[in-house]
Amino acid sequence: MDRKLIFLLAFTGGFVIMSIELLGGRILAPWFGSSVYVWGSIITVFMVALSLGYLIGGRLSLRNPSIKRFGALFIGGALLLGPLYGFGDSLMEAVFARVEDPRYGSLLASMALFFLPTVMLGMISPYSVRLLVQAKDESGQVAGLLYFVSTFGSALGTLGTSFYFILWFEVDTILLLLSGALLACGALALLAPHQEA
Amino acid sequence: MLRALALLLLVLTPTLRAEIIHEERSLYRNILVRDLGSERCLLFTVRRSNRNQSCLDLDDPDRLIFPYARMMLSGLLVAPEPKRILMVGLGGGTLPKVFSALTPEAQQDLVEIDEAVVTVAKRYFDFTPSAKMAVHVQDARVFLKRAAARGLTWDYIMLDAFTGDYIPEHLMTREFLEEVSAALTDDGVLVANTFASSALYDAETATYAAVFPALAEVRLDETLNRILVAQKRPFPSAEDRQAAAEALRRPLRRFASDPLPLARSFNVAPRFAEDTRLLTDQYAPVNLLQQQ
Repeated sequence: MDRKLIFLLAFTGGFVIMSIELLGGRILAPWFGSSVYVWGSIITVFMVALSLGYLIGGRLSLRNPSIKRFGALFIGGALLLGPLYGFGDSLMEAVFARVEDPRYGSLLASMALFFLPTVMLGMISPYSVRLLVQAKDESGQVAGLLYFVSTFGSALGTLGTSFYFILWFEVDTILLLLSGALLACGALALLAPHQEA
Repeated sequence: MLRALALLLLVLTPTLRAEIIHEERSLYRNILVRDLGSERCLLFTVRRSNRNQSCLDLDDPDRLIFPYARMMLSGLLVAPEPKRILMVGLGGGTLPKVFSALTPEAQQDLVEIDEAVVTVAKRYFDFTPSAKMAVHVQDARVFLKRAAARGLTWDYIMLDAFTGDYIPEHLMTREFLEEVSAALTDDGVLVANTFASSALYDAETATYAAVFPALAEVRLDETLNRILVAQKRPFPSAEDRQAAAEALRRPLRRFASDPLPLARSFNVAPRFAEDTRLLTDQYAPVNLLQQQ
């Protein structure tokens, strides 16, 4: 039960990350255009944030790893997405007013908007590995399976968002659904029967 | 025998051979320059639509080959003497040349996202920016936002950024059109080369109609393109538009263009489905809608 839950959560984490990344282009376009460097900024910020998330998540898994703390990552991620709805536009306006060059403007804006939630979501993968691995000799296989599940989630998040969600919903609605999914994941983990990892 | 062979060869050799004289992959698209007889065309894709973006008659460089280029002049029927012109999407630089001839005193700002297009226009399409022209290699939305901050306005704005395989979605939303409207003088006109078919037709028309009090559509039988003409105040009367077209006949003759059909097909009540969802920064699945 616990293992399935962890895989489900890792899948959702991967899904949400790429869905947000794809929406990032849409969120920045009104202020910084859709030039190739806008995508460059977004991808850079996501990569840097994820790499830091992996680092911190791995570190975090050393101390009292538990499914509850794991759930807290999702809730944290959902909360950190919050500013995107409320302050997104005023923040981009402020950056736009101060930074003339749209390359650095878009880099700064994506940093401000996406960095923290993505660091948080990046912590999910290494933490999942810690919760799943029981013996040293299976660690590679578990990590492989985990990457498979979360990256497959990312693939579906990308596809679903670019093919369908943007056709059905407004950007804010999609963000709200993604935050909802993260909160649901967090709740599932917090409510899961306690088990020492 | 030899003569017969030569004759056969002559018959078999097509008189017009398309020849690709330039090909490059820029950051944004494939750019091709193709010569066919005396016509030189700029193409942005080879595979799907094979649609020409802009053409030049090498024997008669002034001739406007494309009906849509002529149609982009429709704004002159309602705003005949522009002083400040903004053009989004350079193509082969055809229209700036026309405006230089029609309104030599007008200042022209030409915004093109792709540096490679500017280079190709200069090298292959005889585009030489005059002292009155400024070329800005920039995203149009960013350009307009910066311009708004400086309080700049134009009285003739042309949007021609929508003909490639990929449509810039942030240039079709209500918020963008509001920014365009803010950059337009009270008597100014917006002329947009837009989509005549697909689900995008209704969405686009509805969005323009939501922003601009006066909206007209110009179509010609000879082409699938349609042009939207928009103003912030009611259009001049049909008689005034006709008179403006008459006045344009002489200056446009050099470009082998007749403005009278533009006045005839100036439809001030373009129709669209009432329940159409507007395109906004929040909802703009433009490229998906185009395929429906």
